Amino acid sequence: MAVAAPGEPKGVSGSVGSARATSVEVEGIRREFGSFVALDGVSLAIRPGEFLTLLGPSGCGKTTLLRILAGLDVADAGQVRIDGQDVGEMPAHRRPVNTVFQSYALFPHMTVRENVAFGLRMKKVPGEQVAQRVTRMLDLVQIATFADRKPAQLSGGQKQRVALARALINEPKVLLLDEPLGALDSKLRKELQVELLALQRRLGITFIFVTHDQEEALVMSDRIAVMRAGRIEQLGDAEEIYERPRTRFVSQFLGTCNLIEGKATRREGLAVLVDTPFGELRAEGYGAPALPTQGSPREALTLAIRPEKVRLVSAGAAGEEGENRVTVTVRELIYIGSETHYLLDAPGGAILTAYVMNARIGSQGFDLGQAATAVLPPAGLLVLDD
Amino acid sequence: MRKPSLPLWLWAAAIFVFLYAPIAVVIVYSFNSARHGGPWQGFTTDWYGKLFDSREKIDAAKNTLILGLSSTGIATVLGTLLGYGLSRYRFPGKKLFSRLMYIPVVIPDIVMAIAMLMFFSLIRDRFGLFELGMTTMIVAHVTFQIPFVAIVIRSRMIGIDPAIEEAARDLGATAAQTFRHVTLPMILPAVVAGAMLAFTLSLDDFVVSFFTTGPGAGTLPILIYSSVKRGITPDINALSTLIVLVSVIGTLAGLFFQRPRRSSGDS
Amino acid sequence: MAKDRGKREIEIRFGERLTPARQAVRSALTSGPGILWVTVFLLVPLLAVIAMGFLTRGSYGEIGLPLTFENYTRLAGFGAFGFDPLYPLVIARSLVLAAGTTLVCLLAGFPLAYFIVQLPPRGKQIALTLVVIPFWTNLLIRTYAWQILLGPQSLAAKAASALGLAEAGRPLYPSLGAVYLGMLAAYLPFLVLPLYSSFEKLDWSIAEAAMDLGADGSRVLRHAILPQVLPGMIAGMILVFIPAVGQFVIPDLLGGARTVLLGNAIQQQFGASRDWPFGAAIAFVGMAVVMLGLSFYARTAGSDSEEALL
Repeated sequence: MAVAAPGEPKGVSGSVGSARATSVEVEGIRREFGSFVALDGVSLAIRPGEFLTLLGPSGCGKTTLLRILAGLDVADAGQVRIDGQDVGEMPAHRRPVNTVFQSYALFPHMTVRENVAFGLRMKKVPGEQVAQRVTRMLDLVQIATFADRKPAQLSGGQKQRVALARALINEPKVLLLDEPLGALDSKLRKELQVELLALQRRLGITFIFVTHDQEEALVMSDRIAVMRAGRIEQLGDAEEIYERPRTRFVSQFLGTCNLIEGKATRREGLAVLVDTPFGELRAEGYGAPALPTQGSPREALTLAIRPEKVRLVSAGAAGEEGENRVTVTVRELIYIGSETHYLLDAPGGAILTAYVMNARIGSQGFDLGQAATAVLPPAGLLVLDD
Repeated sequence: MRKPSLPLWLWAAAIFVFLYAPIAVVIVYSFNSARHGGPWQGFTTDWYGKLFDSREKIDAAKNTLILGLSSTGIATVLGTLLGYGLSRYRFPGKKLFSRLMYIPVVIPDIVMAIAMLMFFSLIRDRFGLFELGMTTMIVAHVTFQIPFVAIVIRSRMIGIDPAIEEAARDLGATAAQTFRHVTLPMILPAVVAGAMLAFTLSLDDFVVSFFTTGPGAGTLPILIYSSVKRGITPDINALSTLIVLVSVIGTLAGLFFQRPRRSSGDS
Repeated sequence: MAKDRGKREIEIRFGERLTPARQAVRSALTSGPGILWVTVFLLVPLLAVIAMGFLTRGSYGEIGLPLTFENYTRLAGFGAFGFDPLYPLVIARSLVLAAGTTLVCLLAGFPLAYFIVQLPPRGKQIALTLVVIPFWTNLLIRTYAWQILLGPQSLAAKAASALGLAEAGRPLYPSLGAVYLGMLAAYLPFLVLPLYSSFEKLDWSIAEAAMDLGADGSRVLRHAILPQVLPGMIAGMILVFIPAVGQFVIPDLLGGARTVLLGNAIQQQFGASRDWPFGAAIAFVGMAVVMLGLSFYARTAGSDSEEALL
């Protein structure tokens, strides 16, 4: 079984590992709880063999969507298709889908071995086969040493692995993971993130992963669906989501972002000139070329630029043409070691954030209260949709 | 948390003495060699031996046991199903019935007793069934046992992490398989606790038994009552001591099974 | 996209797909038998009791029509021969006894609950178990034991006569005092357990803040502690009051023929007097108290303290 390289789309029909890879589609999924709309017409096509993360704050509907996929909840409207087949009527125990729960949900009265064997036993797989497959799975997930303990005697990380083994042993077409690493300490989390990712690549199974931790999403996913209030705000791979967020929410949810309000004045080719509290800025980044007609660009806009794209130069330094230069004073600085984070007072009462790598040898940077010039490269200034 | 003050300790001690004095005095006086329940005359264990000579008492004990075991058996099954059903499924009028379930718990036992007596006699007049005796007592006992068992089971069911059963289904188990392999083992301690509770209730019951009993079906509490009415004798004390012992063991065992559980498996 | 209303009737609970039909079947199979049993053998008989209260007892003891309010008017005191306060007094006495018992249990139990909550966890467990054990022991046995404890040669009797409260050589029962003692011993756990569970959930920081601000003991009690334990207290009081109204064994053994209460009155009618309609009427009064008490309880308290009791 060939293993796909990270980020490489596995293809909808017949490329790497597709013999086992499954496509999942949801269309127009709607779920209401009384007057609360948990999912508002969500549609999503998940590629075979991909690691897709549903990312969002609590209440955004990500877990609800996952449960509907698992068959543990039923949508009010819409369709769920696995490998092209509508599974709406299929009860959970018949779906080729398995779940790793946030609370692990291990059977407390059974040993690890029995927990893992459960799915196979329920399907009446013959005894020796069960034993064989269980042993293999225990080794794969590295829990063989405590196979005969009960869940109460296990640590969080160990329980996590058992839950994983228990789900994977059934060779599901899709594995659903509901914030599985949420209860673990950060060191363990990072370890398991790497392991999970490696496992997924090795097995080639489609993973659908739910988390509210943006760093986790960025590390593990082939693609991320950022969700808010029952809708998918943006879907794309890690780089796309991070470098080219389309809404204020997405820009603030992954990392931080400087947001600058302004009014578009005119176009200049692919760039748009925007009147802001910092003066006129030239924006060439994503979203700028897509603005409406040449003649009448959109009025009120929000520009976004990531702090690490903001360059800080000394106050009097000469600049190039077409650069966006803003006079600032250092309001606050936070020294992280490899970087220094600056909070800068900018004209109009706004605050700009800049992350500067401490790349040069010797002391560098600016002091508190010092005046400086922030350079906002036009290519880094994005125009957001909202 | 501050420690209790001395006056509180004394008060608590006084109350415990007060609560246990009756039990203690019964136990002590069961060893009293005075014949007709008079003041202390000397230590003897004769009365315990005499118990086994009394035909009356042996029969009563047998009846009590039969009554207890039968009623507990029936009530545990029905009560467990009820507790399970109440915690899982919706049906019209559920709220109302849930409230009504509590009636046997708070109702004065005499009201329940005469209600059943009346009911049985009405049925007897009409259909010739329910001659007063063991059957009627069993029916009566089951009636007040069911809610207690149901409450215990329902409590336990609510305390189970729903994700566990969802996990079982997710892994491919049908409803029946889930119940057999996952749910039932998890609630088993509660079922046992419920059963012990029911048995103790049956054992302790006097009023309901008194009104629903018939010839030859007298239980130990009924026997004790009629004896006491005639005057307390040491052999009754001996009998009572044994009964108290069984109750205490039953209670402790029941508490043991209902202990607050370790973390896994609970929400 | 139009919302598909039909789908909402299917629920998935605990991973199971349940159509309304399925839920009905499952409910019937699980809750059905239990509910059926209790309905047939208790609820229906209770209704029959209510109905019985309106029937007449003929001169040969047979029960039948005509429907009448006679039984109830007799309870209210208006018997065949003019005003007879016998039964109103019985009812009043029972209510007073129940209320008195509740009060005594409260006075005795409140400090006890307060005591237990201050113990270390192990101590709490032991104390609670000690409170619970007598509770599960046969009431009959515990009650007749009071006859021994209050007998003519007992410690209590001797102390009482030494204090001049009673004649020497006479037992302290049957008497109202003995009844109160018996009731207290029987019902104390009913009150202590729910009260304790309220104490357990108490937020002590409020009391500490009060003390910080200079309040003395009684004010701390009244304003910081009492309001918080009120739910448990009320639950306990109702759990004592309701059964106490209809208590039969304790007045029977410790109160003798002189103290006629609701419980013994009912027993008389179903025993010696064989006046079932009248007995049913009395029982109905008992039931009414239960119902009133339960609805009062349901309104003031949220969860079921019976479960806490168990």
